[in-house]
Amino acid sequence: MSSVLLKPAAHPAAPSPGPAPAPESKTIRIGPRAHIPRRRFALAKPVPGGILLGPALLLLGWVIGAWANWIDPRVLPAPWTVAQTFWQLASDGRLESNFTTSAVRAGEGLAFGTVAGVVVALLSGLTRTGEYLLDGLVQVKRAVPVLALIPLLVMWLGIGEPMKVAIIAISVFIPIYMQLHFALRGIEARYIELACVLRLNYLQFLRWIVLPGALAGFLLGLRLAVAAAWIALVVVEQINATSGIGYMISLAGTYGQTDVIIAGLVVYAILGLTAEVLVRLLAKALLPWQRTFAG
Amino acid sequence: MKPVVCVRGLERGYEGKAVLDNLNLDIAPGEFVALLGRSGSGKSTFLRALADIDTEVSGSGMVVVPEGLAVVFQDARLLPWARVLDNVVLGLAGGDARARGRTALAEVELAGRERAWPGELSGGEQQRVALARALVRKPQLLLADEPFGALDALTRLKMHALLRRLCAAHQPAVLLVTHDVDEAIALADRVLVLEQGRIAADIVTRGTAAAALRHTLLGLLGATQELAGTS
Ligand SMILES: Nc1ncnc2c1ncn2[C@@H]1O[C@H](COP(=O)(O)OP(=O)(O)OP(=O)(O)O)[C@@H](O)[C@H]1O
Ligand SMILES: [Mg+2]
Repeated sequence: MSSVLLKPAAHPAAPSPGPAPAPESKTIRIGPRAHIPRRRFALAKPVPGGILLGPALLLLGWVIGAWANWIDPRVLPAPWTVAQTFWQLASDGRLESNFTTSAVRAGEGLAFGTVAGVVVALLSGLTRTGEYLLDGLVQVKRAVPVLALIPLLVMWLGIGEPMKVAIIAISVFIPIYMQLHFALRGIEARYIELACVLRLNYLQFLRWIVLPGALAGFLLGLRLAVAAAWIALVVVEQINATSGIGYMISLAGTYGQTDVIIAGLVVYAILGLTAEVLVRLLAKALLPWQRTFAG
Repeated sequence: MKPVVCVRGLERGYEGKAVLDNLNLDIAPGEFVALLGRSGSGKSTFLRALADIDTEVSGSGMVVVPEGLAVVFQDARLLPWARVLDNVVLGLAGGDARARGRTALAEVELAGRERAWPGELSGGEQQRVALARALVRKPQLLLADEPFGALDALTRLKMHALLRRLCAAHQPAVLLVTHDVDEAIALADRVLVLEQGRIAADIVTRGTAAAALRHTLLGLLGATQELAGTS
């Protein structure tokens, strides 16, 4: 009842009735199950750049809508208007200075928040004392939304850059801490047994078992942290800011310049996507041994 | 000769249910011992007690094992994020550790795969890496919990030959847990049967006819008469 698998070319004399093999297929299938596709549960092969299909379709819809006058320009200006505005903002230097301010804010907040998250997660993940001292505090902090802390942080740090970076850093800290702590505690017991029978010392245990075992969890935390940093960036740039993409957007809002708003959002998207791509590349570089379902 | 393993009055149990009950055992240096027993009879529990990784289990008794102890687990238990050679020399001290690791890999016929990831190896190859990781430590006692359980018959026979060769070269005492009576007879100097938490039979294989031994062991393991009589 089962299908017969033959290697082509290996036996030139082998009979080959049935459906012609697909060019990339390595085996010829004959029999009642021949029509069943081979990799039913695996995803299809990835196409390079395939991820861009959705955005490209959206852009196409926008172009067509604007060209056919289906979209009121006061609601959503045409893509070419936005491009023009973008070019104008870029050539008079406004875009660049605001972009730099925003990128530095986000970068500093990410860096501080990640370092703090890693340190605290290691302390509380690897020792009971650390857990009792720190984990409860973090859980309490997690129950208070970061944005609710803004008034307090303004009182403590003023309305300048330190307050803004602090808010981004706190937003970043939480996902890094949560994911890394969870990953550290989730190291499989069988690897801990292995460490015991191999008589590893504590440093070797950290180097070979704990840290690589928790790395995937940390990288997931980093992706969530990037997203959190973005939300925080947008919020802090719309309160008491005098520079940054968010400031540019809220100013444009006051004057009803929809095209500037859209240009600002495009910059946010570019920043966000760049960070996401960087984290993915980092994950690929750090987890070369991992072959997941996603391929 | 002074035994390398000495177990006296070993008791282990889970939640009040006794698994090992007043178990006694000596193993001489270089002796190859196979441990048979029904599923759930406590073989793994016993091995984990010897390897001192049964911290969560309650029990009492005396266990003396040598400092040089290596374990081959039923799953190869390689670190997926470490390359094959790094897995073999993990925790090994000394400047020549990597050279010794290479030699051990060559001994299990995996020379050239030093930089592969464990996930790129077949199940049998992973088991051989685990064997190399154990033997590179030059153990006085090798504990192996059904190391060949998941292999096909032919690979299994190859692994038997390999294990016999390596044990002849390195001379460790071996305690091999297995479900397979033929494997026990083929490899061991001595076969134990674990039953009701004790060593119910302790048979020296040399000088015993294999067919008779096989019959006896199958009987002890509770196989019916017809089953024991086949082949
Ligand atoms: N963590 C545990 N908690 C409770 N009971 C357990 C635990 N581990 C094992 N047992 C019980 O102890 C008994 C012995 O288990 P053990 O794993 O030693 O058997 P085994 O002889 O190795 O069996 P197998 O040949 O199937 O591997 C079994 O009845 C099992 O259900
Ligand atoms: Mg077992």
